[in-house]
Amino acid sequence: MTPVMTLERSQELFDQVLRSARALGVPDVEATVMAGSHALTRFANNGIHQNVSETSSQLSVRAWIDGRTGRASTNRMTAGAIREAVAQSVAITRAQERDPEMLPLAGPAPGAPVERYFGGTADASPQSRAEAVAEAIQIVEEAGQTAAGIYSTGESILAILNSAGVRAYHAETMCQFSITAMAADSSGWAKASACDRGQLDPAALAGRAARKAAGSREPAEASPGRYTVILEPAAVLDLVGQMFADFSGTALADGRSFLASRMNSALFGTNISIVDDAGHPLQSGAPFDGEGLPRVPLSLVRAGVPEQVAWSRQAAHGAGVDPTGHGFPLPNEYGEAPMNIVMAGGETSLDRMIESTERGLLVTRLWYIREVDPYQKMMTGMTRDGTFLVEEGRVTRGVRNLRFNQSLIELLRNVEALSPSVRACGEEAFDMAVPAMKVNDFRFTEVTRF
Amino acid sequence: MKRLALEALDRAAGRGVEYADVRLSESGDREVTTKNGRAGHVSISESTGLGIRVLDRGCWGFAATDDLSPEGIDAAAKLAVEIARSSAVARRHPVTLAREVSYQAEWTSPCLIDPFSISVEENLAALLEVDRELRRVAGVSLAEASMVFDRTRQVFASTAGSVIDQTRTVSGAGFSALCFEDGEIQKRSYPNSFGGQHQLKGYELIHELRLAENAARIAEEVVALHKAEQCPEGRFNLILDSSQLGLQIHESIGHPIELDRVLGSEANYAGMSFLTLDKLDSLKYGSGIVNVVCDARIGHGPGLGTFAFDDEGVPAQCTDIIRAGRFTGYMTSRETAASVGGARSNGTMRAQGWNRIPLIRMTNVSLLPGEQSLDEVFGGVEHAIYMETNKSWSIDDKRYNFQFGCEIAWEIRNGRRARMLKNPSYSGISTEFWNSCAAIAGPQHWTLWGVPNCGKGQPEQVMGTGHGACPARFRDIKVGSAYQE
Repeated sequence: MTPVMTLERSQELFDQVLRSARALGVPDVEATVMAGSHALTRFANNGIHQNVSETSSQLSVRAWIDGRTGRASTNRMTAGAIREAVAQSVAITRAQERDPEMLPLAGPAPGAPVERYFGGTADASPQSRAEAVAEAIQIVEEAGQTAAGIYSTGESILAILNSAGVRAYHAETMCQFSITAMAADSSGWAKASACDRGQLDPAALAGRAARKAAGSREPAEASPGRYTVILEPAAVLDLVGQMFADFSGTALADGRSFLASRMNSALFGTNISIVDDAGHPLQSGAPFDGEGLPRVPLSLVRAGVPEQVAWSRQAAHGAGVDPTGHGFPLPNEYGEAPMNIVMAGGETSLDRMIESTERGLLVTRLWYIREVDPYQKMMTGMTRDGTFLVEEGRVTRGVRNLRFNQSLIELLRNVEALSPSVRACGEEAFDMAVPAMKVNDFRFTEVTRF
Repeated sequence: MKRLALEALDRAAGRGVEYADVRLSESGDREVTTKNGRAGHVSISESTGLGIRVLDRGCWGFAATDDLSPEGIDAAAKLAVEIARSSAVARRHPVTLAREVSYQAEWTSPCLIDPFSISVEENLAALLEVDRELRRVAGVSLAEASMVFDRTRQVFASTAGSVIDQTRTVSGAGFSALCFEDGEIQKRSYPNSFGGQHQLKGYELIHELRLAENAARIAEEVVALHKAEQCPEGRFNLILDSSQLGLQIHESIGHPIELDRVLGSEANYAGMSFLTLDKLDSLKYGSGIVNVVCDARIGHGPGLGTFAFDDEGVPAQCTDIIRAGRFTGYMTSRETAASVGGARSNGTMRAQGWNRIPLIRMTNVSLLPGEQSLDEVFGGVEHAIYMETNKSWSIDDKRYNFQFGCEIAWEIRNGRRARMLKNPSYSGISTEFWNSCAAIAGPQHWTLWGVPNCGKGQPEQVMGTGHGACPARFRDIKVGSAYQE
């Protein structure tokens, strides 16, 4: 099956860009081509209520003129619109003052492609999504509960080409299934994503959400305070995922990273090791950055010590280090960030974490997580859709949702046990490979009404 | 554009559907930022496309495309119908729509100075002037400033006979100063955090904001925060500036009154609402001085939620949400209005763009001004904490329990600022908070703030909303629990 846009078509578009730029006396130009076809079937109250599809494309042109750069984008792929985008890009570039430190366009660099395109995901029909949703609803409904969720499928391409010879192209498919099961005074949730639709099991996810809703009914109120918590992978992802924008050379230079003055020190527990690896089998996304540079694997944290951060070309040049292929599309203020996080897991199963807990809380997912203190990396947020009391090695009942205020530095010092890592997805951070975690002294500050 | 929109409508209607509407839009935007004396992000973009929404066999289907060729439009119409028919596999109740008459209308939002007539050079010069003022103050380690402009023209056409052509121009600008020192990061922003102020205006907004004139004060405050004392923990009288109160309205009133949330449509993502249907006309949401409206009309002001018609072709309206403290109304759509006894929608369906379906979204959800002077708000009690400019915001998925952090606070004694406080936060339960409202400043202190980044829906849609507010005082509010051990 052919992706929604091929490399050859992307090259044709770039050739038009290059001709237009040269006609304006500008030899240095970059084109970013994006195209996608996405569909999402949404359900609530045990029925499909929204069902949508989108096909779109975008051509984004960046001119570089002697230490100045600007970007103009259009979704009209006509010759006239392309000429206009190039002319606008050149005009806003010329409007700027020269920055003598700005690097010229990147040249080509070899990188390993990754295979993340599956025809069976790209061509999923509305009918096939509706039938899977109907089966999932039935499972929840048979448990006496109400289901809400989504089933999405789609494909996208990203191509970055420039006049210095960069030809980076990536095609990918992606599907997601997410479901919330609601009982009278409780709820449960499950979500999964994959490039290959064959790896998704909506019925199993529905069953999991329904069991969580049933198990957390008639919730008790747990007092705020310090608890041993068992965070399921989605909760780990959404919370720990908040810190990776700080693993950036630009963020360090700006003084907005919590790692400022803390690199190469024993910051976290020795059981914490984290890499960024675009080629990891549990990962998704393009293996190159916003300038088309290959993403280099990074050891972000080794045995508790932060030892590497991401570097864009520009930030690396300023710091006198090698770029790592994690730059955002230029121009931008944020520089770069690792986007393919893989946290090393352990060998403790979730069941074993529960069995080993005298008194604690089991957390399915977290919600509305925001930064309270940027240097202590203190985050606040709520538990949601399945929070349970663990007593004497057993899950005994559901509890009302709690608000936490928790430093991520402190959290990663207090990890007692880790499960094997899995591909996890939530709603507050991009998908990552993370384990479940048993954490001591997790700080809850308030309780809500449900 | 009208011809294309009607052609698309014919392609959908010709397939025998119960109802169809088309939104064809073209938008253009410009974003200019600076960072520490240099141009940051300088970009312009345009997007043109259409979305076709059909109702067939009691189910919705929607397809969007930027391929505006006859073949592209026909394929989108065909796919929208196919999607609607597939939904029947898991249909719960057939969708029925509240009545709405048809309109033929053209409307353009007021714009005194076309922001796209101002050169990028002039944008950069204005921002770099702010940047210089910020970095003139020793201790400022990061200075950032930005301007954004957007103009969108949209033609809406429906099988009910409406053809509505609207053009809206939005401008926004702001800046921030960050200081990293002694193991602490502090930040100050003007006129608001997260990009500043955004309104339905042209470049006149940039002049009104007086960015450069406020830069030195903001820079001095961020440096001073490092020497300020930690905000105390406990229960206090709390005074909020109007920008923070705008976000408080957004989170603890605006989202809970979305009727689609209440009915469960957002249960899997944005969540539901504590405002169950039994609470309409009975819940004491706030104290007797609290009056809140949802008002999309131009007469309310140049808000991000101001328009002539919503994205279902329903005229802009004003709905009482809280009247003298009593909860009186939800935001509704043509599909949901009947569930609260409404004969018609109150016009709050909005889509992020041509590629998204309209959802119930806040328009301008505003606290009406009070009758007190600013002196009475600040001096009406012996002691209070005054907080300014949002830093963090979080609320549970039914919108009961919230916690907000602000960039800066002052201890107020007998109406005067006694000392600066750092890292302020407060928390509570939505209805308890609004019932503790003790004083609201008068209309001369009312500002219609823009929140440009409200997320909702799957696939997610980002929407701009408006929130009018004055400085106000609240009794017995829990302060500082974020840091409390």
